[in-house]
Formats: sequence, C-alpha cells, structure tokens
Amino acid sequence: MRPPYRAPAEPMRIYLEFEKQIAELEGRVEELRQHARDDQDSNVEKEVLRLEAKAASLLKDTYEKLDPWQKTQVARHPGRPHFLDYVSELIEDFTPLAGDRKFADDEALLGGLGRFKGRSVMVMGHEKGSDTESRIRHNFGSARPEGYRKAVRLMDLAEQFDLPVVTIIDTAGAYPGIGAEERGQAEAIARSTQRCLSLKVPVISVVIGEGGSGGAIAIATANKVYMLEHATYSVISPEGCASILWNDPAKAKEAAIAMKVTAQDCARFGIIDQIIDEPVGGAHRAPKQMITETGLVIEKALQSMSNMDGAQLRHERREKFLAMGREGLG
Amino acid sequence: MNWLDKMTRPKLSGFFKKRETPDNLWHKCRKCGEMAFHRDLAAARYVCPNCDHHMRLGPDARLESVFDDGAFEIIKTPEAPVDPLKFRDEKKYTDRLKAARAKTGAADAFAIAVGRITGQETVVLVQNFEFMGGSLGMVGGESVVRAAEKAVARKAPFILFAASGGARMQEGVLSLMQMPRATVAVDRVKEAGLPYIVVLTDPTTGGVTASYAMLGDIHISEPDAHIGFAGARVIEQTIREKLPAGFQRAEFLLDHGMVDMIVHRHEMRDTLSRIIRLLMTKNTWGPGDGSSPERSTLPVPIDAPAVPSVQAGKGAG
Repeated sequence: MRPPYRAPAEPMRIYLEFEKQIAELEGRVEELRQHARDDQDSNVEKEVLRLEAKAASLLKDTYEKLDPWQKTQVARHPGRPHFLDYVSELIEDFTPLAGDRKFADDEALLGGLGRFKGRSVMVMGHEKGSDTESRIRHNFGSARPEGYRKAVRLMDLAEQFDLPVVTIIDTAGAYPGIGAEERGQAEAIARSTQRCLSLKVPVISVVIGEGGSGGAIAIATANKVYMLEHATYSVISPEGCASILWNDPAKAKEAAIAMKVTAQDCARFGIIDQIIDEPVGGAHRAPKQMITETGLVIEKALQSMSNMDGAQLRHERREKFLAMGREGLG
Repeated sequence: MNWLDKMTRPKLSGFFKKRETPDNLWHKCRKCGEMAFHRDLAAARYVCPNCDHHMRLGPDARLESVFDDGAFEIIKTPEAPVDPLKFRDEKKYTDRLKAARAKTGAADAFAIAVGRITGQETVVLVQNFEFMGGSLGMVGGESVVRAAEKAVARKAPFILFAASGGARMQEGVLSLMQMPRATVAVDRVKEAGLPYIVVLTDPTTGGVTASYAMLGDIHISEPDAHIGFAGARVIEQTIREKLPAGFQRAEFLLDHGMVDMIVHRHEMRDTLSRIIRLLMTKNTWGPGDGSSPERSTLPVPIDAPAVPSVQAGKGAG
C-alpha cells in the first residue's frame, strides 16, 4: 500500500546557476525585511521596494531570454511541480492503480482513475519525487519496463470504460539498467507507444518538465500534446548527446542548443499543439497557478474532442503522427 | 510486370558494387582474428569461415541473399527535409551526410526492395549500419512508412532487417517523432492481415528497438547480434558496474523471451520462406492434404551457435 501523498512543505528556494544575481537581490530584500522588522525605518522600506522591483524585473528579463541549456535546468528544477502535484490539485477521488500484472509495480510511472472537472479520467505520468526518499522511490522519474507495461494496462482499462487519458510527461528517459534490459525495456516502450496511438478515447499529453526520449514518447502520442513554456523535449539528453558527438559530456550546453530542445522549437516544428505559459520565473515560483492554468488547457482540449467518436480520435491521432517530419519544415 | 526490367543481376552486382567489399583482399575476423579472402567471405555472406561469426552485411548483399535468384527491385528511398535543425557538433550534419553518402553510395541508411521469396512477393526494408550507424531520421521514418504502404498495396509480407544505433541525434526531436510514425506504419501492415517479420542484426539498439523493430509478429535474430535499448556504456555509467558477458546479445534476448529464434545467416532465407508460407496460407480451416511431416525438409532454427563467448553468456540472466 502506497502511503498517502503529502504535499511537500514550502521548500527553501533553490536558485539555478544563472539566477545568481536574482538570488543576491532577493537575499538582500529578505535581509532588509528582517532589519525593518527590528526598527521601523521608512527608508529601509523604500529600499526593500526598490530592490524587489529590481529583482522582479531581472527575473522577468532572465526568463524571457533563457537559452536551451538554461531551460533544461529549469525543466529539471527540483522545486518544479511534478505529476503528483498536478494530480492533487486537479484530480478528485484519485485512485492510484499499481502493477503491470506481469512482474512488478514501477513507481517511476504512476497512474490511476480519478475525476477531472466532474468527469472520470485515466491519468498517468512520470513522477520524479520531491525529496531524497521519494526521489529514490520513484527512481527519479526513470521508468523500467514495468512502468510502461502498467501504462498499457491502464490504457486498455481506459478504453474499456471509455475514459479519456491524460498523461503527464516528466522524465530524463527510461531507466538504463541490467534488469530493465533483461525484461525488455525497448519492447515495453514500443508497445506503450503502439497502444497509445491505437486508443479509441481522447488522449491528452502535457510535457511539464523533461520530455526525455523514448521514455517520454511511450506515453506522449496524444491527440493534443502541450508543453510548458520552459519544458524540454529531446531525442537524447544533452549530456548523452554531448558525450557521443563531442566525446565530452561537459559540452551539454552546446548539445542542448544544437538539438533544439525547447518548447518554442517543438512548436515551430509542429510536434506539439500549444505552449502553456509559465509564471514569471518558472513553474516552481507559482506551482498552483501553473497547475490551474494547465488544468484549463486540458479541459479545453477535452471539450474540443467531445463530439468525436473513438474511430475518429484514433484516426486523427495516427494521421497526425504519420505526418510528422514529412514536409513543411524550414 | 515492369519491375522485372529493373532487376539486379546478382552475380554481376557483386563485382560492380565495390563499396561493400573491403579495399584489401584479406579481411580479419573481429571475433577469431583469422584472415579470410574477400571473395570467400562474400561467397559465405560475410560469415567467418573459421568461427562462424556473422559480420555486418551491406544492404545489397543482404537483399541478394534473401530473394529468389537474388533478384529484386529497389524502391527509391523517399526524400525528406534535410537538416531542419541546421545541426552542427564538431562537424556539420550536412557534412556527415555527405561523407556517409560518399562512403555507401546511398542516399540514406534505408533500402526498400520488392522481390519474391520462394515465389511469394515480399517487401524488404534493410538498414545499413555503415550509413551513420543506421540511424533513424526523417528519411528513415518515411522509408518505413513507404515500405509498409507498399506491402499493404501489394498484399505482400513485410520483412525488416534492422541494424541501427537508434534515432538520429542530428535531427533532434524530429527523429524521436519517427518512432511513433514508424509504429503507425507497421500497425497498418498488421491490420491488413499481413505478416511483419523483424530480423534483428548486429547491432540494433535505442529508438529503433524501442519502436518498430520490437513490434514484429515474429522476431528473428542473427547469432550473437547486439540488441538492446540503452547503450552498454550508458548502463555501466548508471549502475557503476561491469556488464556480464553476453549481455544484450541475441542469445540473451532469446533467454529473456524477446526473440522467437536465432537463425544462421545461411538459413535465413529458408526460414523466412517457411514462415511466410505458413502465415500467408489461406483456407487454414479447410481439409488437410494428408501429407506427412517428413515432407518438410527445411532446416530448423538453431538455438545458439558454437561460439565460445556466446556459451559464456548463457545464464547471464
């Protein structure tokens, strides 16, 4: 039995490397506030306001101009809302389902039944975990074959009961391990992709962080695919690409730039339907706002498919993926 | 039939297609280290005469080895957008493409052919590992789609000879999207009631195994072929230990239920022919003809070749 989900306590803000200046400004603001509490000095209050405005504008500027490598870091930000955060905000009566009925349960890829804005849905996604213990339990969001076989099982179930499928994508990639290979990681991913493509119910996917290669695509061949503004989607991790093509994993930044991993690139290539804007400074600065916004987009997508029957949904989805990379690329 | 006009003559093509034969006359076997004369090797379809090691085989030699009289028609490899990412690492992608084209004489890593296998018209798709590691990009995806469509249109079985390092990184996420694309393509073959047979050859890994190459109705592997999802180096770096001998080899996959059989290259054509005939026979429920089993003279698939390292790999599960 899985312990009930607990939302993590308000964590200490974690700053990324490129946020150093922002961190300094916000640190100063915090210090001054502390100071102002001790002796009521209006000059301090003014200075706080000035610095806050400066930090806010720097944050805005920084996040408007993130390069692909910076976006990769934002997409991996430990404070970013993860699958279970979305589920706890958006899904009522969430009823997690476990196991692939073949070998084991994989907590890197979670899923279950629930109610989304009044209707029953099947929801599944990669969960990275939010602290050391849960990260280990969820294997940092890198699923083994059991995860993908569970996904197939849940998709079967969704189709049997005519439930829409919502998938949340957030993985660095499928897990590369001995056991995973023994149990057919490649086959498990292939079957999951195949099943997702063949479903006769609406499928909606949102890449909320990392869309890492086959491990992501396995549950992301949806009628509508969305990406958060700073999420990434790539065929291999920038580090992996760098170590193969540059022979140096330290060239990850170059690889991220060359591979065009950003949501904006994906939209330009026509492989996603829409970008969902993030709060200024990234989803981790205002998780609730991010999740609510994502919920609205999912709701709209579901409504847009309400008049389609199963055959149409399947046909449209297959044609969409069949056309990818065929033409019209500049 | 117009495709008969464009038939490749098997005996001659071996001499003219120089690119597939080594420049030097003697070829050293990677496995046993013995030297073999190039003509003997070609005649043995690049199976080492000394240790039976299956060396990598180019698309032309592969196609010749499979079809009746070595005759087939090549379907032109489809065109696709070139270098949409304007990708460059230490070299430009377009330069890498040029080099691969010069090396192999082909436009990309995929060759589609139509021919007959003991009379049954069959569509065969071959991946060439010599061309950028047989990687799957947009041309590759389009090739799978085209080959599958051809099979459906001609009501022919579809055979894939897979050989690939995976998705083509230089095409970024667009290469990733070829996985679902190829998946839809092979599903259409299945839906048309036609066999989709995958022959896994050395090596087949990454996004190719994680999509269409692991979705065959029947999976055959060549002996000792390296087949897996993640690269050995990536796994070693992740788990920080050495991988067991025989890991991700064909025999390992057979042990773990991922392939139906391991078939020696010299018996591949007969095996494919037998499977196709078994699957393409109609009126399965009708009266039998009373024939007895000994009429079947086709060889049975081998379980494991007599290669020492393979034996060591047994039980590596």
